[in-house]
Amino acid sequence: MRRLTTVLAALLALSVLAGCGSGDDDGGDATGKDVTLRVFAAASLTETFTELAGEFEDDNRSVKVELNFGPSSGLAEQIGSGAPADVFASASTGTMKDVVAAGDAEGSRDFATNSMEIATPPDNPAGVKVLDDLAKPAVKVALCQPQVPCGEVAAEVFEKAGITVEPVTEEVDVKAVLTKVSLGEVDAGVVYVTDVLAAGKDVSGVEIPADKNASTTYPIAPLTASENPEVALDFVELILSEAGTEVLQEAGFETP
Amino acid sequence: MTRPRRTPWPLGTLAFVGALFLVLPLFGLLLRAPWSDLPEILVRPEVRDALVLSLVCASAATVISLVLGVPLAWVLARSAVPGLRLVRSLVTLPLVLPPVVGGVALLLVLGRRGLVGQYLDLWFGITIPFTTAAVVLAETFVAMPFLVIAVEGAFRSADQGYDEAAATLGASRLTVFRRVTLPLIRPALVAGSVLCWARALGEFGATITFAGNLQGVTRTMPLAVYGAMETDPDAALAMSLVLLLVSVVVLFALRGRWVGQGGVS
Repeated sequence: MRRLTTVLAALLALSVLAGCGSGDDDGGDATGKDVTLRVFAAASLTETFTELAGEFEDDNRSVKVELNFGPSSGLAEQIGSGAPADVFASASTGTMKDVVAAGDAEGSRDFATNSMEIATPPDNPAGVKVLDDLAKPAVKVALCQPQVPCGEVAAEVFEKAGITVEPVTEEVDVKAVLTKVSLGEVDAGVVYVTDVLAAGKDVSGVEIPADKNASTTYPIAPLTASENPEVALDFVELILSEAGTEVLQEAGFETP
Repeated sequence: MTRPRRTPWPLGTLAFVGALFLVLPLFGLLLRAPWSDLPEILVRPEVRDALVLSLVCASAATVISLVLGVPLAWVLARSAVPGLRLVRSLVTLPLVLPPVVGGVALLLVLGRRGLVGQYLDLWFGITIPFTTAAVVLAETFVAMPFLVIAVEGAFRSADQGYDEAAATLGASRLTVFRRVTLPLIRPALVAGSVLCWARALGEFGATITFAGNLQGVTRTMPLAVYGAMETDPDAALAMSLVLLLVSVVVLFALRGRWVGQGGVS
């Protein structure tokens, strides 16, 4: 019994420590954050939205932004099942349409577009130089699952190019594809232009010619279940503002 | 042991809440299940692929766990090698380790650029990730400790007098192990195997991290359930039902073996 108590005490101490590490974790504490804004955003928006959420918090001292990144289709499913969220930014208009049709979001606006690029490990072990190389059986390719926007757009690219690519794995979202590439476990992955840029030296990019490339449009909308609809709208406005556009463009997004 | 006549009400209330919490989600699953579409969903090629792959990989993982885990359990229980306690802690670590961490570790060791994996690739041209073998390895890594723990306990508590008697009668040590020790611990062996198999069947984190996700190659039932949840919740529910059914069967198998045939508990 005494040992059990010791273990429990240690676990408790650990969680308290962890809590201190992450600073102003809960709303309404000494830091005076009394509004928590929960933003569900596509995995490809990880870097830009993290930066913009920081700006938003600087401008609105009383607001704490919580970001939840993942595959757009998965986030939409979570929203549909009643996950508490205030803003949804999707990597495809189709996913957003479903959420709007279900009555969970209103006033969706497009804020960015993103096209595809091939990512290879820095040393490009399979010597991938053009899009057609991905169709070679010896080249190990990672793609997103077909139900995720990045998988959908990649399929569109292959269709335009008239090639069939047999992936070795279909990852749950675009960041998972990028990880498999940067670890060198696959020879190439098809990801967004912005992901190649964000990964820096971890991967190198092989451009897809414009006539074969395809892109996806990113819509954003406040959610109807939001408890802070005004703050949610403010956040959407920031993303659509000049400052927001600048951050997005710097990361490689294009504006619609 | 006699039961006290009345349960104190705080205990009773908390027990009721606890039981409700564990049972309610399962009822939810049964209630929401697409019963009428069930036959149609379960024969879809992607569902059948996932089911077959899951059964094959979990069984293979159990066989490997038996071949390697039983000797390991014997050494842990009976031999006098120094540092054994440390070894026991290390090999049972996957019991409490988050499986996704196991997947990352496997990738860093057996991946194409991994500690060992790079030489497998360089010398033999073998790459493990994204193959069915990778699924089996991931499942073995996560599930084998369950078998080792169950069997080690049995080796420890089994009466060694029989082993000694057989040895006095001239049986070699390996024969004693095979003909006397193993039959003695059979209930634990069966229970451990079933537990190990069930754990392997449900494996998700290590599999998706180390083996990837591709229909017919690495997409086992849990991965298929996770993927289907985003686009086709009915299919996810149907597959969850199958896994629930398997779990119930496993539980009954364990009840019969573990509690029934006396000695090992």
